[in-house]
Order: sequence, then structure tokens, then C-alpha cells
Amino acid sequence: MKILDFMKENILCLDGGMGTLLQDAGMAPGEFPERWNLSHPDVIRKIHQDYFDAGSNVVNTNTFGANSLKFPLPELEEIVEAAIENAKAGRDASCTSHEKYVALDIGPCGKLLKPYGDFDFEDAVELFAQIVRIGVRCGVDLIFIETMSDSYETKAALLAARENSDLPVFVSNAYGEDGKLMTGASPAAMVALAEGMGASAVGANCSLEPKQLKGVVAELLENASVPVILKPNAGLPTEVDGKAVYSTLPDEFASDMKEYVEQGVRIAGGCCGTSPEYISHIHKAICGISPVPVEPKNITCISSYTHAVKFEDSPILIGERINPTGKKRFKQALKDNDIDYILQEGIRQQDCGVDILDVNVGLPDIDEKTMLKKAVFELQAIIDLPLQIDTADAAAMEAALRLYNGKAMINSVSGKEESMRAIFPLVKKYGGLVVALTLDDNGIPSTVDGRVKIAEKILSVAAEYGIDKKDIIFDTLAMTVSADPQAAKVTLEALEIIRRDLGCHTSLGVSNISFGLPNREIINSTFFACAMERGLSAAIMNPYSQGMMKAYYSFKALHGMDENCSAYIDFASSCAESASSVQQSLQPAASKEEFSSALQKAIVKGLKEQAGELTDSLLDNRDALEIIQEEIIPALDIVGRGFEEKKIYLPQLLMSAEAAKSSFEKIKSFMSAGDSPVMSKCPAVIATVHGDIHDIGKNIVKLLLENYGFKVIDLGKDVPPSAVVDAVIENKAPVAGLSALMTTTVPAMEETIKLLKEKAPWCRIVVGGAVLNEEYSRRIGADKYAGDAMETVRFADKINLE
Amino acid sequence: MNTILVKKYENIPLNHREIYRYMGCSHPDRQIESLTESCISELLPTLSCRVCYTELEVTEEGDMLDLSFAVVKSADLKKNLRGCRKIILFAATIGLGTDRLIARYSRTSPAKALCFQAIGAERIESLCDVFNKEVSQQCRRNGFFTRPRFSPGYGDLPLDVQKSIFSVLDCPRKIGLSLNESLLMSPSKSVTAIIGMGDTPCEHEKENCIRCSKSDCQFRRI
Repeated sequence: MKILDFMKENILCLDGGMGTLLQDAGMAPGEFPERWNLSHPDVIRKIHQDYFDAGSNVVNTNTFGANSLKFPLPELEEIVEAAIENAKAGRDASCTSHEKYVALDIGPCGKLLKPYGDFDFEDAVELFAQIVRIGVRCGVDLIFIETMSDSYETKAALLAARENSDLPVFVSNAYGEDGKLMTGASPAAMVALAEGMGASAVGANCSLEPKQLKGVVAELLENASVPVILKPNAGLPTEVDGKAVYSTLPDEFASDMKEYVEQGVRIAGGCCGTSPEYISHIHKAICGISPVPVEPKNITCISSYTHAVKFEDSPILIGERINPTGKKRFKQALKDNDIDYILQEGIRQQDCGVDILDVNVGLPDIDEKTMLKKAVFELQAIIDLPLQIDTADAAAMEAALRLYNGKAMINSVSGKEESMRAIFPLVKKYGGLVVALTLDDNGIPSTVDGRVKIAEKILSVAAEYGIDKKDIIFDTLAMTVSADPQAAKVTLEALEIIRRDLGCHTSLGVSNISFGLPNREIINSTFFACAMERGLSAAIMNPYSQGMMKAYYSFKALHGMDENCSAYIDFASSCAESASSVQQSLQPAASKEEFSSALQKAIVKGLKEQAGELTDSLLDNRDALEIIQEEIIPALDIVGRGFEEKKIYLPQLLMSAEAAKSSFEKIKSFMSAGDSPVMSKCPAVIATVHGDIHDIGKNIVKLLLENYGFKVIDLGKDVPPSAVVDAVIENKAPVAGLSALMTTTVPAMEETIKLLKEKAPWCRIVVGGAVLNEEYSRRIGADKYAGDAMETVRFADKINLE
Repeated sequence: MNTILVKKYENIPLNHREIYRYMGCSHPDRQIESLTESCISELLPTLSCRVCYTELEVTEEGDMLDLSFAVVKSADLKKNLRGCRKIILFAATIGLGTDRLIARYSRTSPAKALCFQAIGAERIESLCDVFNKEVSQQCRRNGFFTRPRFSPGYGDLPLDVQKSIFSVLDCPRKIGLSLNESLLMSPSKSVTAIIGMGDTPCEHEKENCIRCSKSDCQFRRI
């Protein structure tokens, strides 16, 4: 019987630990357990046999750490082949009569993925794919991805399994005492990710003992529509007389497991510290229990690398600001490859309280796929909100979905045949909640009925692709009401019918309603309120609009979605505060003290908000260039000199630099995108060298160089030498700054310098970082060693004058 | 038999002076103090402090040291471990939360990023201090005297011994700590070190930087 069929009616009993048993059999510290498949096949086979004899339906091959980072490829193949052979031999030797399966065990690769580690996502996919391909060739019954403590690595392994096999895949994660993965994901987020990508079972293993996993198991059972796996440790080991002793004994372990199985766990076993004895106890404890049926949960949700966002009655806010449409400043940022600007927009929207960020970086003259990948990668490095990938380019969509760390929202599909053919396979493969627009090849129906019919058609085509209706959210298309007085009515009625009669969630790009009308916020917010009243599940909206946020918080308070009105009260009082703080911050204009103006004072004192606001008000009647030269630059000079004379410290220098930056930001958004840049010093390329991921120092240098008017091309961290050279040549940069923190990465710096000297001999190179000094930097061929960021600025200034 | 033990820590006392020292700011003004306090309260809930460790034997073989998990050539470590037959090998981390905060703020507020960097440095050192003290007390009870902890990269102990340490301590699985190609650790606020256990008290128990050759270091303490 196939394992998935067996699971329908039965509880699946797994095996227990391997490592502790191998240590007992004499494995030395630091020795690789996987090599024992070849050196001690008899020991491994016996362990597998003992597990089968004890009642295991599934044993995992001894391949936990078998990957190409640890073993060269030919040896890896031998190890995995032997491991599968050993598991099969154990099965053949076992004389009990129950169903027996061999699972290809895949553990974490031991490296953290980018951006917090240095291992590339696609490299991880390929690493796992190698193992999967061997497993498929040797004929395992299923793939068991386990002990993953990072959602991103889990995704890489699952993707590799799905792309290289048709076998059932089990996905099990290692949760900490806080009920989260090491990199932050909750069980609900992992269920969303794994189910979305077609895992046959999800669960928890390792790290904790059964009792400690209570919350995790409850959350898994509440969210999973597939069977739940539980394979805990026998507690934490202590050492008694030189032997590892685990705190939870077989009896207690089995009775805890029995309780979980009664609650609905369908796949049970043990991890570190458990042995065939434990499994035998578990088997006895659970064999009489009739399995709790696995019910589909009908949860509409998406996830980030930390949490899931569920679509229920309370409306979800999707921030629309990461989108160049109609935004000069944003377009300029995309053209300049200014990712920081995009990140700022993301953080600002998060601070405003949105649940999801829409990400649209499409512009006619940029490579959208590359930019979208970059934006998704950078956003998910620093913002834990789920993303809505918003593009009309299916190739860009796929690229972004692939590297997204979670289950994304997909914007969008429509009733057009071509659109469904392009998008549904992506939804099926990568998981996701797809926004479906109620339009088709004949355009947007002007009637309610027409839009609902399209929705029905979309649902039935989606079903053919195996996509459940819970993973489709309908957008009944807000159209400008100034062009058609019936537009809003049709949209809202269609929305209500789809929500109520089709039982699907709904979403609207609310702001579209007001194109061509003055003071759009007024009508937008009212339309938003109407739509929520009719059952709107999510709105793509502008969270900076107070009108919209007022409608949102009021609606929730009025509909019993805001206990004690506490969210409303917080919001309402912050509205009052921000109004009065604007007043206050403008006051220092009167008292100048030792500074020639209030703006200078705000910058020198490092007051970011004030500096921005003061610049805004100065821009009303003064020329931008004049503000820069008479206010900002003199203020920066005061601070810079103070730092050089050691009168002020680095944190103070930085706070001033940030304040100056917020002034510059106001000036930039005041100027239109086509205008020539306000300052015109030379370009400067900066980077943290290959292999190094420390970039605080480099970012400080960047901030100061920008403030002093340089056009900074920031290549980021872990930058290969060739990328630095390319950027220097492309921008004809007369100066490049390199940073390295580790002794191990200085050779990469040296190599970069060598290549620069060869390919771009005009470029002067300044280096900095903790391991460097004057002498060392001369030895590796740098033109200048800068001990701090101001020194770099002074050096760059000198070159700029030349 | 070598069992890897794991310990978790919470509420390790803060050392504000160290934070300001790491920020390069020994006399903070009120503005920096308030920045630091706000960063501390943002960072503390994200901490996940864990240590994994094991006891191993050490033997001298000519100018080499056999640490059970690796054979190394290091005159400085040899000096540090003089008179020791056993060592405690440990790895400690405060978790990935600090790295996330540093990454987030280094794009939006380098001043805050610097501050998180300093707090993170103080947290991992304080974690090591607390663990180290427990080990020393435990050793004292068993009749041993510990040596100042010694990490890869100190003196002439090569950094690539990290690979062997990670392999023997099973760091990724035990405490979620991994090592990259450049021998950097992720989470970045992490430490691996060796604590020697000797039969006699250490000559210079007090920690200082005297063995380090970087004499122009602004953090040097002698």
C-alpha cells in the first residue's frame, strides 16, 4: 500500500534517534555519522531493523547531514546509496507484519542562508536536489525534511523535493521554547509555507521534549489541513558518569505522545535521545487509538518568515506605496537603483500599521525582473511583513515567488485565458494567495452579474489546476466614479455577492475610485468605509492617509473588532499628538542661540524630524541650492570638525548626518525627477568586500559621503572584485571605498585592489575596517587608509577637487 | 563519551559602561543615553541566549596541541593551557534578533545600527562572562582552576579551527549557530572559546589584552 493511502486510515509510527545510538556503538567525537553507512553497515542496519521491530512504520535513512558541503559528490552518492540500502536491509530483516516505509532523511545543510548567512538560496535548492535525485533513483517511499530551524532553508529543501520527485514530502521543523523557529517563524507560518508548496504532512521535531511542545502542536493542529507530525527529543541531556542521560524516560514520553495523538497528531515518533525502546512504548500507547480525521481548515492566509496573516472578518491593510505609478521621487529611486528609498517606504508603512506590503517596481525602462527580485530580497531582510508581489510580467512574478521567504500574495490573475495559464501554475508550485480581477478577454463587465460570472469561471479553472478557492481573493475592480456614476455601486454589489454567496475573500485597490477628482482622500476614505461594510477583506491603500486610517480604526471599533476600542484610542490620541508636535517643532525658528538658523541647530543637534520639517517650510520661499549651501553644509561642517577634534562622538556625528539626510530627502522630493541633481561632486563606489557581511562601517561612510554631495554607488556587502571593477568603470568613478572586518576577508580586499589597479588605474582606493591599519593597507596596495568615516570624506573631497 | 550540553540564559545584567565603550563614546550626553535606552528596550525581547559545550581532553605533543577535536599549532594557546589536562569547549550566541535589528537600522539609521551593534557586543560578552563564571565555580568544586577563555583568532590560534569546533559541538543543531565560508559566524553576535582546566591556579587569571599584538586598538585594556 502506498504511504499516503495507509495514512488515510492509520496513525503513522516513526522511528527515533540515531546519533546517540551511534555514540553508544563507539562513534568518536566529531566523526560523521553518515560515513558509518559505509564503514559500519551492519550497525546501521541493525538500528533500522530494531526500529521496525519496535513498531515503526517509517524509518529515516542515516543521511541527516549528507550533503555536498560536507562530502565530495562521489562520496555523497555512495553514502546516500548505502544509507538507503541499509534502511531497506533493515526493513527486510524485520519480521513484524505491519506496513514499512523508507524515508530519505534530509536535515539542515549547516549553513545559514543569505542575507544573514552567506549561502545562496538557489545553491541551497541545488544542494538538496542532489540528495533528492539519489533518493529517487534508489527508490525511497517518501522524503522527510526535518529539524529545519529556518523557514527559508525549509523552502529550499521542499522546492528541491518537489522539483525533482513525485514522492510524498514530510516537512518537520525544530521549534525553540518560544514556539518559534530560530529565524523567527511561527507554526502557522510554516504550515502556510509548506502546505502552499504541496507538503504531504507538516510538523515539529527535535529541540524540546513532548511536554514543551504543547503550544506548537496546538497551533499546528489548528492550522494544518494535512496530517501533523510530532517527533520530539527525550528532553535535554545531562552527563552522568560520562554518559548522556535524557530527562524524559520512555514511559512518560509515550504517554505524552498518546495525549497528542488523541488531540489529532497523526504521525508520531522520537528524535534525539530516543531509542527503539521509546518507539516500542509509543507504538503500544497509540495502537488502540482511532485516528482523529484530518479536516481541511479553509484558512485563507499568507505568511512572512515570522508570521501568518489570516484573512477573516477584520479587514487587512495592504500598503500601496511601493509603486512608482504617479510618484516622481519613486521613479527616480528605481532609476538610481536606490533600494534604501524603497526600504524606507516599507518601514514607514509598517510603522503606520499595515499588515502586508504591495511590491510593484515596474517601469518601462528598467529590468523589472532583476529589480523585483532585489526589492523582495532586501525587503524581507529587514521587514517581517508578508509581501504582495505585484507585476504583470509572469517571469518576474515567478522569480520573485521563488525567492520569497514564505507564502506570498500574488497580484494578480484575471479571467483572461492567457493570464490564468500563466499564473495558476505558479500558484500551484510556489503556493500563494492570488488576487483575481473580475475581468476577462472581453474587458470589465459593467454589470454586477457579469463580474460575478467571471469570478465563478476563475474558480472553476483554478480548481482544474488543483488550487483551492481559499487561495483566491477577488478584486471586483474599483473604477473612477467621475467617469461613471454607477461605478462604485457595481463594484460594491459584486463584492458583496462574491463574499456572501461564493464565500470568497475580497480585495480592492481603493484609491482608484477617485481618479480625476479633487481632494481624493475624502472620497477614498468614504468608499473604503462603504466597502468594508459590504464585506471587504483587504484593501490596497495608502496608509499615510489619515482619512483612510480614520475609516479603518473607526470601522473596527464599530464592528466589535477592536476590544475595548484600544486600537482606536491609540490611533486617535496619536493623531492629536502629531498635530501638536508639528507646531512645537517649528518654534525653535525664533530662538537661534549660537546657530545661524533653526535648521542648522536641528542638524547639529541630530533632530531628524525637525530637520525635515524645517527644510520643508524653508523650501516654500528659498531656493534649494541656497538651503544646502547656507544651512546644511555649514551645519555638517560644524559637526565634522567637532568629530575630528574629538569634541563629539561617532553616535552624535551619525545623528547629525541622519538629520541632514532627512533635509536632503525633502529637497529631493521637492525637485522633480527630471531636474539635474542638486549637488555635483564625483561618483564614489563603495562596497564591503567579498566574503564579508559586516556593513555598518560602510553604511556610515555612505551616509556621510552622500551628505557631502557625492554620488554614492553602494554595492552592498559580500561584493565580488569584478562587480566593484564593473561599477567603477561604468560610472568612471575616480574613487572607490572598500571595507573589511575580518582577517579572513582582507585577501579578498587585496584581490579587489589588484583588479582595480589593472582594469581601472585612474581610480584611487580608500580602505577601512577593524583589521586594517596604515601599514597593512599599504601592503595590500590601497592608496589611503581611513581610520574613520570623516577621513574618507576628506580624502574623497581632495580627489573631487583634482 | 562526549555529550554536548546546552544551557539557556535570561536576564543577564546589563553593563552600560561597556555598551558606551563599544559605541566609542565614553561620556554619553543625554541624547545618546536616551537613544541607547530605546535601543536596549527594542533589543532585549529579541534575545535568545544559548550556550552549548562539552568537556574534552588536551595533550601536548611536541609543539602541537591535541585538543581531542583538532590538533593545532599555537604557542599562545599552549601557554594559556599550560598545566591543563582538560578543557571546556563552548559556543555561545545571543540569537539572530540583533542581526536583524542591525540590518534594519543600518539602512535607515546608522546611529541606531551602531548602538545595536554595541549592545549586541556587550550582550554576547556578558553571556560568556556568566557562563564562564559558572564553569569556573563548578571546576573549583571539582578541584580544578580555570584559565582565561581563549578563542580562535586570539594570538596565533588560527581561525580555521572554527570548522572543527562547529563539527564537534554540532552548533547549528544545538544552538542555531552556523559558520560561513569566511569563517564568520551567523548569528554574528556569537563566540566560541576554550577554557582550560588546570590542577593549579593560573598565574595571571585577570583578563586583558596583553597577548594581543594589535597595540593601536582603541579598545585595548591592559
